[in-house]
Amino acid sequence: MKVLRSSRTALTALNRNKTRAVLTTLGIVIGIAAVIAMMEIGNGASKAIQDTISSMGSNTLLIHPASTSSGGASAGAGTGITLTAEDKDAILGGCPDVAQAAVVVRTSGQAVYASKNWVPGSIYGTEPSYLDVRDWKTLSEGDVFTERDIRNASKVCIIGQTVKRELFGDEPPVGRDIRINNISFKVVGVLSPKGANLMGMDQDDLILAPWTTIKYRVSNKRTTSTQTASTSSSSDSVNSLSSLYPSKGTSLYPSPSASQQANNPMPVRFANIDQIMVSAVSSRSISAAIDQITEVLRERHRIPEGQEDDFNIRDMTELTKTLTSTSTLMTRLLLIVALISLVVGGVGIMNIMLVSVTERTREIGLRMAVGAKGRDILAQFLLEAVILCLTGGLMGIALGRGISLIISSVLRWPTEISMPAIVMSVVVAGTVGIVFGFYPAWRASRLDPIEALRYE
Amino acid sequence: MDLIELKNLRKVYHLGELDVPVLNGISMTVSAGEMVSLMGASGSGKSTLMNILGCLDRPSSGQYLLEGRDITALDADEQAEIRNAKIGFVFQNFNLLPRTSALDNVMIPLEYRTTRLSARETREKAEALLEKMGLKDRMHHHPSQLSGGQQQRVAIARSLVNSPSILFADEPTGNLDSRTSREILEMFQQLNEEERITIMLVTHDPEVAAHAGRVIHICDGLIVDGAYCREAGDAA
Repeated sequence: MKVLRSSRTALTALNRNKTRAVLTTLGIVIGIAAVIAMMEIGNGASKAIQDTISSMGSNTLLIHPASTSSGGASAGAGTGITLTAEDKDAILGGCPDVAQAAVVVRTSGQAVYASKNWVPGSIYGTEPSYLDVRDWKTLSEGDVFTERDIRNASKVCIIGQTVKRELFGDEPPVGRDIRINNISFKVVGVLSPKGANLMGMDQDDLILAPWTTIKYRVSNKRTTSTQTASTSSSSDSVNSLSSLYPSKGTSLYPSPSASQQANNPMPVRFANIDQIMVSAVSSRSISAAIDQITEVLRERHRIPEGQEDDFNIRDMTELTKTLTSTSTLMTRLLLIVALISLVVGGVGIMNIMLVSVTERTREIGLRMAVGAKGRDILAQFLLEAVILCLTGGLMGIALGRGISLIISSVLRWPTEISMPAIVMSVVVAGTVGIVFGFYPAWRASRLDPIEALRYE
Repeated sequence: MDLIELKNLRKVYHLGELDVPVLNGISMTVSAGEMVSLMGASGSGKSTLMNILGCLDRPSSGQYLLEGRDITALDADEQAEIRNAKIGFVFQNFNLLPRTSALDNVMIPLEYRTTRLSARETREKAEALLEKMGLKDRMHHHPSQLSGGQQQRVAIARSLVNSPSILFADEPTGNLDSRTSREILEMFQQLNEEERITIMLVTHDPEVAAHAGRVIHICDGLIVDGAYCREAGDAA
């Protein structure tokens, strides 16, 4: 009620000198508009930069089996045979910070089409989710192979731009058959160009095929292994490949009892894979994802505490660092610009309010003479400042939105509406009003009515 | 009962090391319904006395009873409430807010009432007073569009809007020509006679002072028998 009355008084007072009110507000309008426009354009730019960096794979984690050694001679990274496709399923199911995961089986060999041949940089047996993990969503032609192709170990593949150029030239590749290590694959899709990675390796020199096909039809080494794998006995029943390559066929012998099984663990076939590619939900959750994956895999592989992992997880630390420092830099830059404009606007408001108090000394004296208390005067002037700032803030938001819309449509810059910036501007505008309006209002409330009435 | 009762009221201004006595023990009474002139040359202390009577200033010593209530003991907020409810001011330079309609000017004291009136009551009250002042068709004019006499009548309406016990008019005709002055003074007399409003005119002009029923002369901070007195003032 009291505030309502005071704000009415404040509004009438502002209305009495519209030009001054508008000019005062202009400072805040420009300040807030600058903040909003900067935040939106900056956000857009920052997001564009982050998208670019993360498309290089900053969110990506690589899980390799640990190295093996034989007689003291290490076989090098990734030579273990401990990772399975079920590990991937478990990671996907058990780690909330993991967005996508794909198994990868590597091979190498020659690809032949008609009279041309080419040895691609990499031939990967993988899953459709590989493209999600790599943030490689668009194909320039055709389609990705499907889960069904994986189950059937279909002989289909998608090829990178370099492979397309070398094997097909100008011919359309989709629907044609190429031979990889003398096994015929039908080309179902062509990847969009991605260019070189940070190390300068051509990422388009690539053939992707269902991992089962590569594993069982192309790559001959380590096709299967026999291992009394502790993981296998439990996962055997859920193994999606058990129908394709049943580990237990028609039983020649009567099935062993539980105690017999425990006494004589049967070697079980299981299909190891070369690596699992994982993408974290965001670049910030990478370390959380690593922890979760480690936990899941140690549990699945039954690794006792104190023993080393039988796998390695690698992240793109360099990229992540770039990404983090870039976005921090952008945020700080925007914040500084925002603060400067708001302080300038606020000081403008304070100046005008101080002038206004001096100019309206007689009014203050009169109001006091007819019964206004110090706090009534304080409330009136404070409210005037706050109203100016809030109105300026709202107009500034509209203007800022307008500017960023114009910029995005004329210059084709990416902009992104920033709710926090809008909320912050309103709050800051109000705060600026209170902080910079308080001193003049306090001065006004401390005036002596007799002096004020005599003021010329 | 006396509306105003002053007992040995003193006021001393402290200008650095120097003490400047302005009021040197003033005792007087004003009854309700009276019209009194406070006369004195400039520097006589009449403005200081009026400021104290109007609750804008505090005496250094002595007692000031308004309607039997000791005003000197009140704090600044309570004084503001008294000014709002009991006292009306009319100034020499009108002190109307510029770029504000006559109506809005009259409504200002109503904003600070302790018991709030509704927007309609506020408006009706102000309109009725302006009508009584003969400014019915000037309500929405700004002060700059009004003549001096009209502006002073708006100011009188403003001083009356909270139905005060006493009206202080500080040189109300100082900025007006003689014809308008007479009109304004007649209006004060009329208000005093018809509405029984207590009025205190502060002036240095004997002609203006003559409009009041009683003239109090102040000289060097004391009430004196004036040479021009129509009636004898109360002795100090």
